[in-house]
Amino acid sequence: MTTTLSESESKALLSKFGVPFLPEALVTSPAEAVAFAASSSSPMALKLCGANIAHKSERGLVHLGVSGADSIRDSCQKLLEAARPEDNATGVLIAPMANGLREFIAGISVDPVFGATVVFGLGGVLAEAIADVTVRLAPIRRHDAFDMLASLRSQSLLGDFRGEPAVNLEALANLLCALSTASSEIDGLVSIDLNPVMIINGMPVALDALVEIEQPGTAA
Amino acid sequence: MSTDHFKALFDPRAIVVAGASTHPGKFGFVALHNILSCGYAGKVFATNRERAEVLGRATFADLSEIPDGVVDLMFVCTPAASNPELLRQAAAKGIRAAFIASAGYGESGDEGRQLQTELVELANELDILVVGPNGQGLVSTPSQLCAQIVAPYPPAGSIGIASQSGNFVSSFMNLSRQSGVGVSRAISVGNAAQVGVIDMLEYYAEDPETSVGLVYLEGVTDGREFADRLEAVCRRMPVVIVKGGSSGSGAKAAASHTGSLATDDRVFDGMCRQAGAARASSVSEAFDIAAAFATLPTPSGPRLAIVTTVGGWGVLAADATATTSLELVDLPDDLRTTLDGLLPPRWSRNNPIDLAGGETKDTVPAVLDAVVGHSGIDATLVLGMGIQSNQGRLEREGPFFPDHGLERIVAFHDRQDSRYVEVALAASVAAQKPVLIASELAIADPTNAAVTAVREAKRYCFPSAERAVKALHHLYRRTQWLDSFTDEPSS
Repeated sequence: MTTTLSESESKALLSKFGVPFLPEALVTSPAEAVAFAASSSSPMALKLCGANIAHKSERGLVHLGVSGADSIRDSCQKLLEAARPEDNATGVLIAPMANGLREFIAGISVDPVFGATVVFGLGGVLAEAIADVTVRLAPIRRHDAFDMLASLRSQSLLGDFRGEPAVNLEALANLLCALSTASSEIDGLVSIDLNPVMIINGMPVALDALVEIEQPGTAA
Repeated sequence: MSTDHFKALFDPRAIVVAGASTHPGKFGFVALHNILSCGYAGKVFATNRERAEVLGRATFADLSEIPDGVVDLMFVCTPAASNPELLRQAAAKGIRAAFIASAGYGESGDEGRQLQTELVELANELDILVVGPNGQGLVSTPSQLCAQIVAPYPPAGSIGIASQSGNFVSSFMNLSRQSGVGVSRAISVGNAAQVGVIDMLEYYAEDPETSVGLVYLEGVTDGREFADRLEAVCRRMPVVIVKGGSSGSGAKAAASHTGSLATDDRVFDGMCRQAGAARASSVSEAFDIAAAFATLPTPSGPRLAIVTTVGGWGVLAADATATTSLELVDLPDDLRTTLDGLLPPRWSRNNPIDLAGGETKDTVPAVLDAVVGHSGIDATLVLGMGIQSNQGRLEREGPFFPDHGLERIVAFHDRQDSRYVEVALAASVAAQKPVLIASELAIADPTNAAVTAVREAKRYCFPSAERAVKALHHLYRRTQWLDSFTDEPSS
């Protein structure tokens, strides 16, 4: 049996290994949401957070570009009310809106023959069709991380892109190394999914994270 | 298994063929024929149940009749059911290694799998190295040994071949014969019951006769262990891998061929890059890369110069570098000045260095020396060798030969092409940098003077500029990979 950590638990766990995330807060009341939003001039993204929530967007549990105290209070309230008992909701995640044209995916997954692997590839809506993904066995060295970036077929996405600066390769390699370290150090880790990793001002930031762990005392 | 076991396998003092046959169509005949036909100097014994004479040689009815402590290697062509007893007899004679060509094991259902498990247990107990079963055999040129049930026997060289499929051993060795770039050891591991491809590579890595491993794989079952051992091998010796089953349908075919588990091809690909092995997508590409490793020094940097006698080839070669780790450098100013002094003004004045037909008797050697020896150039690709002697061939075979001065000019063309090649290769040796010569004449006319000169220098004439560039890319990738361990400690 495996268990999936909630988004906020996943992010808290991976932050310790150096995976970059946006500043965000898990709030349990509209008042807390408004207080967090006051710290930034950007519009906010709010989403319901819980271990068992799948299809967040389809269920309308993600509110993007919310600005102004009233709207934020209202959005937070609606999300909390939309929670179903089976969601195991722990609150609402609130973060400034992220803006970037380029999305990647990164993670850890287990290959039946080779064991834990570090995965990096193109993200976004066309990701599946383009299938530009590169894999290495965990753990990886820094050389391997840079080699993964060099293995991507869509190299042009790593340079200057439509007015956005080139991707900071050092930071992106660090992110892959952080995933690798996490895969060695988290007991019973089954998979990590960072989707998307958005490039914001050249820096990679994971906007979502899911960590799946083998439950103690159960066999694989 | 110890190094001594592998020495008994590849450099045996004497051999016995178990199950020699009088029928020229049977494995037991072909194996003995091939061992006796390629120059092996040790004693060769054979067993045949009826003591029938095979190829004019007396045989023994039973292994117990051969002398004790003389034979190192047994080549087994007998039916699976009789092999356990045979192995026991072999152990009693001091035999350390057995190649089992017999089929009827793991590839043929549950009963065969059981026999295979028992075979390995018995071999371990008897301390005998068993290769196969269901394999085609082995070649070892230092011992002039061709112990296999198929052709060919390749020229001697330093490529070590190990394959999960016997036919690929033949394919690689056919390319070796064609190109003249030789083989040290070659083996098909068959069902890989006791030892597999990785065990062979580990032996090759410590074998002074072998400088590069060339591998055909369909799958691995012990992924993580394989990856770790492969990396350890690659630290000592370059390895080139071509793997079947990279597509969905290929993977299905591979699973039924060797019973190995299919894995996501991207994982295998990443594993190769991490472990430092060069992965090729075809037999010919794999041989190109192995031949490059076997005959050229690795470049210390990515800066490539292309020297061509005419424009078009250089353009395509330049295109081929685009998707590689190589860099088609702008010519350093001092090199451009040097070349200005050697060539007519219409030369390209950049890289590719297009001589634009401006070569005379002595310009090509001077240009090659200047380019290859320049400190800003790490590797050089030479195109257009052989075109003079190709015209010479047409003249030699035409109706006017040898009159009208043709005999003299044809001989001159041949001499010039040989000389250009010799100069290019001498510059490579002097500068300790790779110089690659590419021409389709390698295939189209192996008797061409330039192609012959490359072959006689024990180098590889690449069949096209693109293939040369791709092979060089893998050479430079190895440099980068090895450097990465000094830049950063191993994890």
